[in-house]
Parts: sequence; C-alpha cells; structure tokens
Amino acid sequence: MRAYILKRAAIAVLTLLLIVLILFVLMTFLPGSPFNDERLSPEQIATLRARYGLDQPILVQFWNFMKNTFSGDFGVSYAIQKNVPISSFLSSRLPVSMRIGGQAILLGTFLGLILGIVAALKHNTIWDTLCTVLSVVGVSIPSYVFALGLSYLFGFKLKWFPILYQDALPFQSSVLATVALSLFTMASIARFTRTELLEVLSSDYILFAQSRGIDGFRLIARHALRNALIPVVTVLAPLVVGLMTGSLVVERIFSVPGVGQLLVEGIQANDYSVVTALSFVYSLLYIAIMLVVDILYGVIDPRIRLAKGASQS
Amino acid sequence: MSELNNGQKSPQNEALWADDILLSVRNLSVRFKTSYGVVSAVRGVDFDLKKGKTLAIVGESGSGKSVTVKALAGLLGENASIESGSAVLSGPGGKKTELFGLKRREMRREINGKRIAMVFQDPMTSLDPTMPIGKQLMEGLRDHLGMGSAQARAEAVRLLSLVEIPEAESRMKSYPHQLSGGMRQRVVIAMALSCNPEILICDEPTTALDVTIQSRILELIQELQRKLGLSVIYITHDLGVVAKVADEIAVMYAGRVVERGLSDEIFYDPRHPYTWGLLLAMPDVEMDSGELYTIPGNPPNMVGETVGEPFAPRNEYALNIDFRREAPMFKVSETHFAATWLLHEKAPKVERPPRFAKP
Repeated sequence: MRAYILKRAAIAVLTLLLIVLILFVLMTFLPGSPFNDERLSPEQIATLRARYGLDQPILVQFWNFMKNTFSGDFGVSYAIQKNVPISSFLSSRLPVSMRIGGQAILLGTFLGLILGIVAALKHNTIWDTLCTVLSVVGVSIPSYVFALGLSYLFGFKLKWFPILYQDALPFQSSVLATVALSLFTMASIARFTRTELLEVLSSDYILFAQSRGIDGFRLIARHALRNALIPVVTVLAPLVVGLMTGSLVVERIFSVPGVGQLLVEGIQANDYSVVTALSFVYSLLYIAIMLVVDILYGVIDPRIRLAKGASQS
Repeated sequence: MSELNNGQKSPQNEALWADDILLSVRNLSVRFKTSYGVVSAVRGVDFDLKKGKTLAIVGESGSGKSVTVKALAGLLGENASIESGSAVLSGPGGKKTELFGLKRREMRREINGKRIAMVFQDPMTSLDPTMPIGKQLMEGLRDHLGMGSAQARAEAVRLLSLVEIPEAESRMKSYPHQLSGGMRQRVVIAMALSCNPEILICDEPTTALDVTIQSRILELIQELQRKLGLSVIYITHDLGVVAKVADEIAVMYAGRVVERGLSDEIFYDPRHPYTWGLLLAMPDVEMDSGELYTIPGNPPNMVGETVGEPFAPRNEYALNIDFRREAPMFKVSETHFAATWLLHEKAPKVERPPRFAKP
C-alpha cells in the first residue's frame, strides 16, 4: 500500500510541475509586453525589465516563476484591483468556494448512494422507478437552471434562505448553492451505484455467500457494497471537476464571493496573472482530488493495492 | 415392468422412503418468467439422496439440473417459482424438514451452509475479491456457529489444512486473486464445509479447472466425503466425473429425470435412448474409430407447453406415441427407472446400440 501511495503521489507532483511549465510557456508566448508604451524611453524599459526580472535568462525566469508559484506568490492583479496581491484574493475567496464545493460533494455522494442502493435493492419496483427518474432528471437539468429554480422558490417565494450570499450568514446563504451544485453529483452517483450494485448482486460470490447462509444486511454491507463501490469511486473525480465548472455559474447566480466569480471577472478584464493563478489553483485541486480517489481506490480494492503500484487509474 | 405414477406416494415409492434416505425430492417443478414467456425449466423431478452416498445429476446445458439444486438451496432468482413438489430433509431423531415450506430467512439461517452447502463451477468468481480468504472463511463460523474471533481463526486454519492448502496459517491473509484456480476451489470447498453440512452440492465443480487439477479436486471431495460422512450431489455433464464418483445417477433431459439408477445400471444397462446417446458420445480409450458419436439436434426450447416426449425429435428410436404423450417412469429394477415408451410391454422390440446389448 505504501509503495502504491508513494507512486501515486510522485505522479501527482510530476503532473503539477508539467502544468506550471505549460502555464509559464503560455505566458511567455503571449504577444507584446507590459511595457509597450511609446512614452517610455529604452532606458526606462530596461530599468522596468530589470525590476521585474525579465532581463534574466529564460531558465532563471522559469525557476523564479516556479519558486513564487509554489510559495503562494502569484504576483499582483493589474486590472481588477490594481496592485493587490492575488494571494490575498485567494485567501478570502478560496475557503468559501471549497466549503460550498465540499458540502455539495458530501451531500451529493450521500444522497446518491442512498438512492442507488434503494433502487438496486428494490429492483423493478416503484422505488426503483422513482430513483431512476430522479437521477435522470438530475443529470439532465443543468445546475444553473436548477439554481435559478431554487433561488426563486426558496429564496424569493418562501424566503427560507437568502437569495444572495451574505458574509454574515455563511451557512444559510450557502445552502441553496450547495443543493444546486450537488444535484448532478447525486444523480450520477445514484445511477452508477444502482448499475454496479445490481451487477454485483447477480455475481457468483453473492450466490455462494447466500448458499452459506449469509443474508440481508450482512450480505449487502460485507460483500455487495464494497465491490459495487469500486467503480463508483472512479467516477467521483470527473464529478468533482464538473462541480468546479458548475460552480462558475452557480456562484454568479447566488453572488457567492468565491474563486469561480473571480475567474469570470479575471477573464472579462483580461487580468492574465489572475487567470494564471486560478488555472494553477484549479489544477492543484484537481490533481489533489485525483490523488485522493486513487488512494481510496487502493484502499477499497486489494487487487490494485497489492499489485505494487500498478499503473491502473 | 410396472408403471409408476409420477410424484404420487404409491406403495412402491413409499418403499424408497427408507431410513437411510437423507433427502427425498418428489415431483419438483420450477418455472421461469422470461420475456419470451413462461419457461418450464424443471418438470416433475424425483430423486433420493442416501446418507453418505453420491448422486450425480447428468444432463446437457439447459436440462434443468442446476435449477433443481438451486431450488433445493433456496437460491432461485426472483423470476423463478416452485410450481409444485416437495423436498424432505431428514434430520436427527427422524425429524423431517420440508425445504419448500421454509421462508427465505429460515432457509438461510437453518439450512444454507449448516445442512446443505454448495460448491459452484467457477472458483475464480465464487470468492469475494475484496476480502481475505481467512476472513471469508471465518464469516460463517462466527455468524452460524457463534464462534469467537480466536476460535474461528483456529478453525479456519484447520479447515484450510483439511483441504490441503499448504502453509494455511500464512494463507489466511491472501486475497482470492493471489491464489491459483485449484487453490481457490479448495478454499471454496473449505468454506462450504465450514459449518458441518450433511449435504454438499457440487455444481460442475471441476469444469472451470485445468485438466490436471480436476482429478485432484475430485479426489479431495471424495476423501472429505469419507472423512466427514457427507452425502454429495454432483451436477455435471462430464460422464468421466460421474464414472469416477457416483453411486447413483439421475439423467435429466428437458427438465425431467429420464433415467435413474445405480451407477453400474446406468453405465452397463442403460435403457433410455438419451442415455445411450450420452454414453456413446463419451470418448473411450478402447475406441477404434476416430469419430465420436454426437446426439443429433439441439436441446428443446422449454417455453410454453410441450406435447409428447421433448427428446422425440432427436431420438432415432422414437415411437409414434413419443410424439403424442410423454412416457411415465417404468421400473427396470428396484433401483433402476427409465421414462421411455420402449419399456412398455406393447412396445416393439428395438435393437440397442451394440455396446449395450445384453450378453
């Protein structure tokens, strides 16, 4: 298991380095320079270039970029709010996004598993149909449509929750966004769990377990669920990514001061360093989640764990 | 030759309900609801299993042999139903249990594993891939026999040694994928036997195994049978296996037992044309020609009702009546029965295949 985790972690770090390289290359190849101004004399430009380290050899520049990125220094914004360090944006906005995203994943996974298990165990009954319809609806409705509906019903009509995010009420005002974001996760997990569980329930080892008198809760908990969850865990990673992109729109609808909003603003204002920093943060999150999923996969499935870090993902 | 009423407790049948009969199945019928219609997979099966003996149920795929034993173990799927029949399991002190009268829960708690255990065809898929074999073995011991953790562990190691797994102690932590096919089947057998069942049902126990392993697994089952006094039911289409292990044989075709008798009676004095075909299709060391006999045609589709003998279209010895009425069981000897009109007193004399000609 240790070898497996180490190998996965090493791959994650390598991926991250590659991403930093790509970001750097993209930035370097962007046309023009920040100092393209006819009013600046060549001497002034040279001074500015020296000040920002742009006169250094490209490898040294890359080294500095990497060093700064990994120490959390993403430079300053020059369009949204001039000369404010991007790290200060992040430190106020990232926790909000992460909290809402985390809540959505937990809620979606929890409800999805319950729906999927009920559907599989009550196969071919009204419960199964109900769960299936729910999950099809959940996959089909885009999260922003659902978000608008929630906002209208529970925010505007019933007034249970604030329509817009309020810093004073961090939990209440995150509820609607969480629910809107979790819908897709819930629906996908429910669908996968149902399919996988049905397949496992018709497998030989379940029959053999029954022939030894194992039944009911013990059968499901010990033999069926664990085997059914292996493929479910693998779909968690893409779902989390879906959640990130979904959050761009949902954060806007509920005015959540999160990174999704920041990215949209950065793109609209051509604030390159903000966009670069957020690309890095998103990549980091994604890689971290992949790593967690890989490790989870190994924990659940001994065939992966004991293959001494086999390159299966 | 007298005609027996299927499934009725006629005096002759009653005589068979002797003390040494452990499991008595009468007139078992099972139907499946499928998208093609209702399939009569098992149609009035009768057989007895004697204490400490081995019964082999032989037939082609789709003959209903697996369905028969799954019905006995309460393992039929949701789309299957037992239409009729009884299966009486004799317990200590003459206590009789009607298996088909049990609720699923009672079946799992009282019968499965404790009195009737099963070994399935494919050891690659019979074990839970995510649980160490030791833990899987201990499961039954703890749930059914109420053993504590340490006691169950010791018993699991003993069971693994019993099925001749080397270094049983260190194998406890192995996962199924770390064992070879033969080893896995040994583990499956150990698990099946863990709660001291009286009956072991082996559903094609060697079909999925390497030929060199097959005979060793069969020998292991035979040895365990002697040691533990088990009664064994083999489900197989491999007559080689049958010849090696069976005391009694029931030949099934299209959901019915068409011939049953002692092993010698079936191998040396078979009466049903289907049994003739099966035996002729078996390769023989002393065979001179290179061509193997095959029964022409395919097993019938059992959707809906059938008229006449299901085997008649493939049967070169078929009489006119075979196409109109199914034959009842005719008695050949006290232990030997066959369902073919050829045994009727008015049937024309037919030449049997030379191999089975009476000396």
